[in-house]
Amino acid sequence: MPHAATVNGTRHVFADLRTLLARATPLRSGDVLAGIAAETASERVAGQFALADLPLRSFLNEAVIPYESDEITRLILDSHSAQAFAPIAALTVGGLRDWLLADATPETLAALRPGLTPEMVAAVAKICRLQDLVAIAAKCRVTTAFRNTIGLPGRLSVRLQPNHPIDDPRGVAAATLDGLLLGAGDAVIGVNPATDSVAATSTLLHMLDQVRARYAIPTQTCVLAHVTTTLRCIEAGAPVDLVFQSIGGTQAANRGFGIDLALLAEAQQAALSLNRGTVGHNVMYFETGQGSALSAEAHHGVDQQTIEARAYAVARRFAPLLVNSVVGFIGPEYLHDGKQIIRAGLEDHFCGKLLGLPMGVDICYTNHAEADQDDMDALLTLLAVAGVTYIMGVPGADDIMLSYQSTSFHDALYVRGVLGRRPAPEFEAWLAGMGLAHATPDRIPAALSPALAGLS
Amino acid sequence: MPPPRPVQPPVLLPPPVLWRDLRRFTPARLALGRVGHGLPTAAHLDFQAAHAAARDAVHAALDAPRLCADLAAAGLSSVTVRSACPDRRTYLLRPDLGRRLADHQPLPPCPAIAFVVSDGLSATAAQRHAAPLLGLVMPALGQSGPVVIARQGRVALGDAIAAAMGAEAVAVLIGERPGLSAPDSLGVYLTWAPRPGRTDAERNCISNIRPEGLAIPAAADKLLWLIARMRRLRVTGIALKDEQPARVDEERKDVLF
Repeated sequence: MPHAATVNGTRHVFADLRTLLARATPLRSGDVLAGIAAETASERVAGQFALADLPLRSFLNEAVIPYESDEITRLILDSHSAQAFAPIAALTVGGLRDWLLADATPETLAALRPGLTPEMVAAVAKICRLQDLVAIAAKCRVTTAFRNTIGLPGRLSVRLQPNHPIDDPRGVAAATLDGLLLGAGDAVIGVNPATDSVAATSTLLHMLDQVRARYAIPTQTCVLAHVTTTLRCIEAGAPVDLVFQSIGGTQAANRGFGIDLALLAEAQQAALSLNRGTVGHNVMYFETGQGSALSAEAHHGVDQQTIEARAYAVARRFAPLLVNSVVGFIGPEYLHDGKQIIRAGLEDHFCGKLLGLPMGVDICYTNHAEADQDDMDALLTLLAVAGVTYIMGVPGADDIMLSYQSTSFHDALYVRGVLGRRPAPEFEAWLAGMGLAHATPDRIPAALSPALAGLS
Repeated sequence: MPPPRPVQPPVLLPPPVLWRDLRRFTPARLALGRVGHGLPTAAHLDFQAAHAAARDAVHAALDAPRLCADLAAAGLSSVTVRSACPDRRTYLLRPDLGRRLADHQPLPPCPAIAFVVSDGLSATAAQRHAAPLLGLVMPALGQSGPVVIARQGRVALGDAIAAAMGAEAVAVLIGERPGLSAPDSLGVYLTWAPRPGRTDAERNCISNIRPEGLAIPAAADKLLWLIARMRRLRVTGIALKDEQPARVDEERKDVLF
């Protein structure tokens, strides 16, 4: 069905819903590369006017990717709750934005989740300013648990990311200890392996589990290998807390990742069968990012922010402990500069939270993007005000395996300090017990002796 | 055969006690200290310097005449072409154009393996490491050129070049995305029966070639091993597993520990 609006004296027509969504999206390089972005600033705003007038019911009647050919579309429409949708069923996209800003409370937002589709929240994001994305997300409450409790009000967790270029276990252990000494690690201690093999992944899984057990840390560990590798590690008896996988918002994008919904379900069941959680049983960890579908030529002419929101439908099907967008990692052909990365990071967090996900963000950039530490400080501070569930902690912000810059252990201390955010309660108690608050600047407390982590 | 290395007595270090002792286990930025919640000034500026080096590497222009002279000194001839990207900004935003040759780029025929050197995301890497690597690899194959120097090229530009030359395979030496610790890392992508439309799953890659990573002699060995294997199996990509016997990489250990 065509849509139209007149702006600055010119009438703009949009052939269908996916075209409307693409033209209404704030400028980013990936949509330009895909050839679907608005040609002019006025066309973009006309798209936003037309989108604001669109009844929310339209999203239930017109799929951006056909129901018959895409299992993510089927998941979205088959799991939609008409009952939860009822309070907003008469609203337009613009009306939903106003309702979210004026009327929504943490309680009404929690009840609304099964009634929202990814396309609805993506559409609202397109007509929000940054402050709207912050203010609305800050009303969302999402709590998950495994060996500690993530996402409670006033808390901000950190994934400790101790990567090493050749997966050297002692190098990983040393970086882990550095992060623990700086208060990081309550979201997960999670390593990206340089080699995605069962042997390398198992070695790291055993090492991380020993470090966790010897220091008695109330947290979870993860090696971010492909889901099929992790399944084989589980079969071989390796200590797997969380199953990790990168996911996308179309069936074809997921095929590019070598997965489908059935494989993710199998992995969730395998992890649950180990019964390793102590305070909860959220066993999945997902990463996403705008541009990954276009990169795999699996975008179907849909804009990258809408595709990203559809990935969250995949995530929420499996009750994850953690989900994060790797916003600045995919590259400048998708998000060109600090301005585009900052907006996309806030959009992803907003959409994930409205859909009920424990949303973190890998606040990051590559060296060929037009971005620097100042841009990351801006996004970090905005996201923390918006209530981001967790961020990354990388030694000195420099990931020496993946060759990009994320947030550091120091960045986490900064933002916890300036906004009064605290770690997950179980982890906070553990930190207090370790005496870290009273440690001298350069001597490691006896309770965290390097020898216990295998360093001698 | 080189004479065996003298056995070095192990350096005995006391067990790690201080925070900064952790640095001996990894090149990561550990034990940086704290001022309030922030970084001490020196650590902050060290980071800025590393980022500046990486940014400069991304935006540096390949000095093609100098690379041509370096190749000539190694006994190798060369020709220079460019992709359809007119400048660096276009290169970063339009990967599709970086995979296509500009119009009117004459190339000589080459029935053997086409060797392409491209700036990629680090002209610094191509400038420093391509000529020494090819100086070891090409004579061992009985080839002396022409090396194709390609400005503003993506990996897949090699497919278009090799197809134009009629080559049986292509090896693209390309500057990798610079990290803070490695602004000059070179990658090599090997593709059998190259033609436009080949996917990355149909290539083999050797990564992190630089003195502090995979040293140039070791990279040359690995590339020659892969080429021999490729010619035997007449395939590259996931069907050609890198099963070269591992060598004890003492140089790398020295760097890390």
